[in-house]
Amino acid sequence: MNTMLIIRSARAVQQSILSHEADIEMLDRAIGDGDHFINVRRGCEVVANLTPELTELAPSDALQKIGMKLLGTIGGASGPLIASFFLAMAKTLDGIVEPERHDFAAAFAAGVEAIKLRGKADVGEKTMLDVLIPAARLLTRLVDENAALSDICAQMSDEAHQNMLATKDMIATKGRAYFLGERALGHIDPGCKTCQVAIEAVCDVVLQPDLKQEAV
Amino acid sequence: MKKFVNDIDDVMRESLSGLVSAHPDLIRVEFEPTFVARRNKTPGKVALISGGGSGHEPLHAGFVGKGMLDAACPGQVFTSPTPDQMLAAAAAVDGGRGVLFIVKNYAGDFMNFQMASEMLDIENATVLVNDDVAVENSTHTTGRRGVAGTVIVEKIVGAAAELGLTLAECKQVGDRVNKSTASMGLAFTSCTVPAAGRTTFDIGDDEMEVGVGIHGEPGRRREKIKPADAIVDELLAAILDDLRPEHGRELILHVNGFGGTPLMELYLLHHSALSRLRSAGLAPVRSLVGNYTTSLEMAGASLTVTLLDDELRGLWDAPVHTSAMRW
Repeated sequence: MNTMLIIRSARAVQQSILSHEADIEMLDRAIGDGDHFINVRRGCEVVANLTPELTELAPSDALQKIGMKLLGTIGGASGPLIASFFLAMAKTLDGIVEPERHDFAAAFAAGVEAIKLRGKADVGEKTMLDVLIPAARLLTRLVDENAALSDICAQMSDEAHQNMLATKDMIATKGRAYFLGERALGHIDPGCKTCQVAIEAVCDVVLQPDLKQEAV
Repeated sequence: MKKFVNDIDDVMRESLSGLVSAHPDLIRVEFEPTFVARRNKTPGKVALISGGGSGHEPLHAGFVGKGMLDAACPGQVFTSPTPDQMLAAAAAVDGGRGVLFIVKNYAGDFMNFQMASEMLDIENATVLVNDDVAVENSTHTTGRRGVAGTVIVEKIVGAAAELGLTLAECKQVGDRVNKSTASMGLAFTSCTVPAAGRTTFDIGDDEMEVGVGIHGEPGRRREKIKPADAIVDELLAAILDDLRPEHGRELILHVNGFGGTPLMELYLLHHSALSRLRSAGLAPVRSLVGNYTTSLEMAGASLTVTLLDDELRGLWDAPVHTSAMRW
């Protein structure tokens, strides 16, 4: 894993998020307060505008910079949550010039844990953590088992997709949909959809042929 | 939407610039990151910083000045400010005795101030205000919301800081005021966030939202409007049920307008609430009536009661000189 991979991932996430605008907006209108997509798009834009400053940085410093930029831009509750993810990843990778696969898995797990702590939420509460926590666990296990990169990516995408769909049958006990009670049933959590789209986009980048040698 | 706007993106900057140009002797404003601070730093005291989404004016920037806040960090309308604003404000107003953040309990405000608190390398503490007794949880909070009682917390802690109390003592006073304060409000109309261009919620001409939040978020229930006295009865019942004051207890009665209700009606509410509190054997010895914690142009009002003791009454009476409160 290197900074170029982070930059390519950010770009891929942005493109994928934009192409899922209608889906995400529809979900947020149903059980959110209608500004989720705007916030995510703005976050993607500021990260994209930041990339010229990132290229020369170590992965940890690049992630730190992304986290601080998002923290100062997004506001609301989602700003601190998503910024905590990047800042915790940066902290885990601090001092590692060329992170290995297990370093990245540990950083991802630390990022997800930071969201969990900041939002005081857990699996089963109909928030983005329903996609992120199982994803972090799966990544850690697959890396420990020395799974092939293609297997890791295929399983990560599949797991994220299934967990995203599973939020449809949940009642929210945290986050924006909490107040809706049973009215949130039957709707996928928009934050989960965004995370699933992002995980899939990063997996696709990692598998791109020109990156296989240097990546992760 | 009928509002005084040039460009939607410039509303906040132009409004804050106007606030400062109207009170150049009291305050100054910085942009990128945005905060309003006292014109002159006051060294040797605990620095008080608050903040929150815009649209609640005069809260918080209107309470920057002697005897109250040292700085305020305004976010976009109904959107929390970000930690970079709080860090810049803290660096600007720190007087060497620590920083106390006063935060309304909303998920976004709480998390952004929490991150600022963690990142700040100046000794700091936080008073979390959650005075709204209408609902236990809401669209924007876990736990009770922080509403009009915030003004009373800021006034009293502001006086404590001015007297030279330590950071820990100021926090203790703030927590005590918060615990002694309860509020509940209701709305007759919705409000329009400039960037949204349409009303936040729909409400019938003959309806009111009881227990509404200061962003127009739902409260306890929607019902047909009632006479003012009946409304006051319900609000005070909820407030006193929470505070459970003993007979003869002194208190502050704060009638707060949400922005679209004339003072004539707010004073009518004060008359009604005051006589009811007296009939209940309580001693409303101080009053504050006006638009202090607003929701843009929403019509409606909230009642706040703060139980007093000698220390808190003395701090309430201490001199204050800000753009929105002065005695």
